[in-house]
Amino acid sequence: MAHFTKATSLHDWLNQRLAIDTLRRVLATEYWIPKNINFLWAMGMVLAITFAFLLVSGIFLLMYYQPNVDLAFDSVNYTIMQEVGYGWLWRHVHGVAASVVFLVIYIHMFTGIYYGSYKNGREMIWLSGMLLFVAFSAEAFSGYMLPWGQMSYWAGMVITNLFSMGGLHMDGLVEWIRGDYVPGQAFLNRFFMLHVLLIPLAILGLIGLHFGALRIPHVNNQDGEEIDFDAEAKKYLAGDKANSKVIRFMNDFMSKDMMVVGIYLIFFFYLVFYHYDFAMDPVNFDPANGLKTPTHIYPEWYFLWSYEILRPFSTNVGLIAFAFAQVIFFLLPFLDRSPNAIPASRRGLFKYWFWAMLIDMIILTAMGKVPPAGLFSAIGFYAALTFIGLWIILPFVTKFEKKV
Amino acid sequence: MKELFILAVVTVFTLLTYYLVEPFAHSQMHKHFESEGFTYKDLPALTKKGDATRGKDLVMGAGACVGCHGIEVAGLPAPMDPVTAAQSYGVNPPDLSNAGAVYDAKFLANLIKNPAHALMVEHKFDPAKGKMHPMPQFYGAGGDIDQEIVDMVAYLQSIAPKPEELSADQAFETACGRCHAIHYEYNLDGELHPAWTQIGEKPAFKKKQDELKFESNVLDYQDALTKYMGTLPPDLSMYIRSRGEHYIKTFVENPQNYLKGTAMPRVGVNAEAAEKIIEHLENVGDSKRHKREEVGKNVMMYIFIFAIFAILWKKEVWRDLH
Repeated sequence: MAHFTKATSLHDWLNQRLAIDTLRRVLATEYWIPKNINFLWAMGMVLAITFAFLLVSGIFLLMYYQPNVDLAFDSVNYTIMQEVGYGWLWRHVHGVAASVVFLVIYIHMFTGIYYGSYKNGREMIWLSGMLLFVAFSAEAFSGYMLPWGQMSYWAGMVITNLFSMGGLHMDGLVEWIRGDYVPGQAFLNRFFMLHVLLIPLAILGLIGLHFGALRIPHVNNQDGEEIDFDAEAKKYLAGDKANSKVIRFMNDFMSKDMMVVGIYLIFFFYLVFYHYDFAMDPVNFDPANGLKTPTHIYPEWYFLWSYEILRPFSTNVGLIAFAFAQVIFFLLPFLDRSPNAIPASRRGLFKYWFWAMLIDMIILTAMGKVPPAGLFSAIGFYAALTFIGLWIILPFVTKFEKKV
Repeated sequence: MKELFILAVVTVFTLLTYYLVEPFAHSQMHKHFESEGFTYKDLPALTKKGDATRGKDLVMGAGACVGCHGIEVAGLPAPMDPVTAAQSYGVNPPDLSNAGAVYDAKFLANLIKNPAHALMVEHKFDPAKGKMHPMPQFYGAGGDIDQEIVDMVAYLQSIAPKPEELSADQAFETACGRCHAIHYEYNLDGELHPAWTQIGEKPAFKKKQDELKFESNVLDYQDALTKYMGTLPPDLSMYIRSRGEHYIKTFVENPQNYLKGTAMPRVGVNAEAAEKIIEHLENVGDSKRHKREEVGKNVMMYIFIFAIFAILWKKEVWRDLH
């Protein structure tokens, strides 16, 4: 057992037992971040804050939500939205944050792709990030079931139908997932459990892994420069802050993060109070009705690109293409054969690959929502082919890239 | 400068995506109709001036209105209870006390003359096929029929509350409430209003038996209504969020626009009553809208100040780092 002395202060008392000075140094004051970064490096903190909003608002909603097919809709739209003090606020924060969190995730992902922050030792950061993306997707989908509106019900119907696996006819699997022949009480209960317990636990664990994965390879910087963190840290601690290429996590990096967070929150709360319809689909304010299919069934905007990769093909081909879209981003660090971990703008053909991918995904997103007919169908079909094609050529595009 | 450029790129792609999945996609998915301001242009205009005294005699006498309609303000209760009325006619004929305030005068006149035409349900009620609208046409009381009709309208207007006196729930109950329920109670100015059923407000019951009797009556009414309409008209509790003001107004103005062949009649409300109906739907389905605006203002102010302090903190910390 360690030797304890009579504490001289509360700080000393805690320090002897929890090593708070060491923790502070390791996690904050001497956790070194490159100085050469822009506001896109704050997206991690923006995500953490948005997740905190989701968690806190979710806890308040959980106090009044009723996971019962007869009560769910009214517990959300009457009890929470109208009876409970500020219930409407928590719901709007929760609904808007659920949508905005995906916008920030996509910005965060494309930042990583643009600056090459997924390779040369940073593979685990990318992989844990992709696992987070999957967990957030499952969290978003399960949460969307809970208000038990028309879109909850029919999106649940359409998406669980995917598990019949087309030509494989694994019909029993769909019933096993639903616990019934159609979405009903068993379905709602299990998605409720997933949404408020299992997936949040997974997300919290994955966030820990994602942060941990950053520790050894360090955060990338704007020019992909390889930094000797020990040497630069010494320079900083010696007082030459201006010439050191690194900064402390706390307060240097944090102050920049909070500046970005401050500006982001103006945008976020504007949406919460004045522009929430995009995140809270009007169709879902009609109670679930298994006998009345809505004219248009579409997922939330952040799933549209992968939905559109499914839609333009025949059932079996579509399911294969859809499965491809779900896993392919995981393979990015291994399909990119170039040793360069620098901004796309300095990487020859990859620059065009990056912008082509971004624009193609926006086109897929748009086509995933409009009715699949005529010109839109054709555009969606070619955009889906382009998506698959871009991934197939990626190893070749990057293989012949010059080492910079 | 570089950061501003990056911000511009991120903003442009974000807005482009937003434009494509929201305004653009919805313009492709839904038909859009502009409101005609509840003027009912397809109906012939009134050319004569009505006389309320003569109108009263017609409404009470030769017009035979009170055979089916109650007029409570004139001391005439409904001839039948709502359930029996719905079982006889399909839907309970409205009390006419507020009709002059809720419905457009030109519409009322055309309704009296030819109900199926004014209500836009001729596809459902075709006398040639032996399908008569439950409200009979008025064929005149022996004089100038157009004059007689405007006289009756003038009488209905004379007994109705003035537009500014008509309350939001009265407008809703008169125009929508015999087909549509609102199962949400709502609070307005500190007063709790009960849920609305097609046979009226749901009272507070002391005895369970009374409540069950009431519920049973509602179900009987709904059965008759479902038979008459083909389907039970939806509960409107959350319609202000699921459909929005623009859709509701343009739908009410002409239901055939959006749903060709629907059994929902054009109810012929005037522009002021339409506003009142929207207000009522907001009171029920979006009751915290004023609070939202008020809290929104304060939160935005707080966040602006927070952002300013965050920017100042960053500037201070980074002074030594550059």
